[in-house]
Amino acid sequence: MALNNASDTLAKFKDPVLCRNLLDKIRAELPGPLAFMEVCGTHTVAIFQSGLRSLLPEEIRHLSGPGCPVCVTHEGEVAAFLELARKDNVIIATFGDLMRVPGPKGTSLKQAQAEGCRIEIVYSAFDALALARKNPESRVVFLGVGFETTAPTVAATIKVAKEQGLENFLVFAMHKLVPPALAALLQDPEVNVDALILPGHVSTIIGVEPYRFLADQHGVPSIITGFEPLDILQALLLIIDQRKTGQPQVVNQYSRAVADDGNPKAREIMAEVFTISNALWRGLGRIPESGLALAGEYQRFDALTTLDVQVQDLPPLPGCRCGDVLKGKMQPTHCPLFSKPCTPATPVGPCMVSTEGSCAAYYKYAL
Amino acid sequence: MCLAVPMEVKHINSELNVADVEIAGVKRQVRLDIIDYPAAVGDYVIVHAGFALRRLDREDALETLKLFQEGLNLQVH
Ligand code: SF4
Repeated sequence: MALNNASDTLAKFKDPVLCRNLLDKIRAELPGPLAFMEVCGTHTVAIFQSGLRSLLPEEIRHLSGPGCPVCVTHEGEVAAFLELARKDNVIIATFGDLMRVPGPKGTSLKQAQAEGCRIEIVYSAFDALALARKNPESRVVFLGVGFETTAPTVAATIKVAKEQGLENFLVFAMHKLVPPALAALLQDPEVNVDALILPGHVSTIIGVEPYRFLADQHGVPSIITGFEPLDILQALLLIIDQRKTGQPQVVNQYSRAVADDGNPKAREIMAEVFTISNALWRGLGRIPESGLALAGEYQRFDALTTLDVQVQDLPPLPGCRCGDVLKGKMQPTHCPLFSKPCTPATPVGPCMVSTEGSCAAYYKYAL
Repeated sequence: MCLAVPMEVKHINSELNVADVEIAGVKRQVRLDIIDYPAAVGDYVIVHAGFALRRLDREDALETLKLFQEGLNLQVH
């Protein structure tokens, strides 16, 4: 292969000829119906955007799991950050996707902003830190959503805030952990999944070990996969292989970005700043030890305790079936609200808000 | 929000612990706080939410491509 530099190498992972060969191979070797779930919003987007979904044989059913951080943010967490936004002298710093997530009464951060609340979209937790420095008279609350990929970036930012003695920087820690959610999903008798495509970038942090129970205890073939069409096709072939041999395993297909032991430095920073806690997930409910709360001397950065706001276990939004969509029990198009009245312009649930949400992906690519 | 993309390292400022990265004309500055082993100019790093997460292993990428072409025989865990 004449691949001269890194970008040539990366481009090769989209090679249409190789894709076709792998697709032919999948078609030839598929032993029967197969339902696979990906649990990463970026995979959802990649599978639709590359057109792969329509190219896969009909016997392969693709389900999108709870892998979009915005979608799994619980109703009670949305209510809590809307309450934080309405506090005096508070500036909310958030990733853009959370702006339009409807709260329990249908209001969103966007509406709160129109009502005069100060809400700033940031690209990184670190930008929120700069915002706190610029506005010493206000308290800047960063909305910390995301999985193991994002959590260390927020932990590193909190560490810098502590080092710099920034007292007006606060974090609402809503981070969630992928392996406990997968365990909860597979324990649900109504969830029917033959194989899992594991989130590549969560895995860059946690490595291979935390997934081993998927194969050992649940007998589910599970592949850590990259985001190019070739990666996903290869993952499917690896799943088919395991089905044929009857030996479920966890395989790291994405070794160019995922070391078997992940990123120990990132995990160390995470473990210093956060402690494992229970968390509420939209659609999945309370999952033990599936969240991260601020630990020890970092607790003073906790927005909820500092500003006296509680997360309540609120019921789902009326009519929205995001919970069933996130568990792969229902395809978005079967939700009675899908496309009317729920659209990306007028989302009823978060799965239609985020570009990584399954409902939004279906709306955009599968109609 | 969860998107992470590979970007090329153009310049490193170790004093500030940041790197300038670029892909297809898009330029960003990313923090190097959590990357596990240092990237050099010319390397690709996976970038997410303003931080470099990990260096992309080019040798490994080439190896994976070779596997695509030769059939499948990945090391399992
Ligand atoms: S279509 Fe809308 S209302 Fe239905 S599950 Fe998706 S986001 Fe919720």
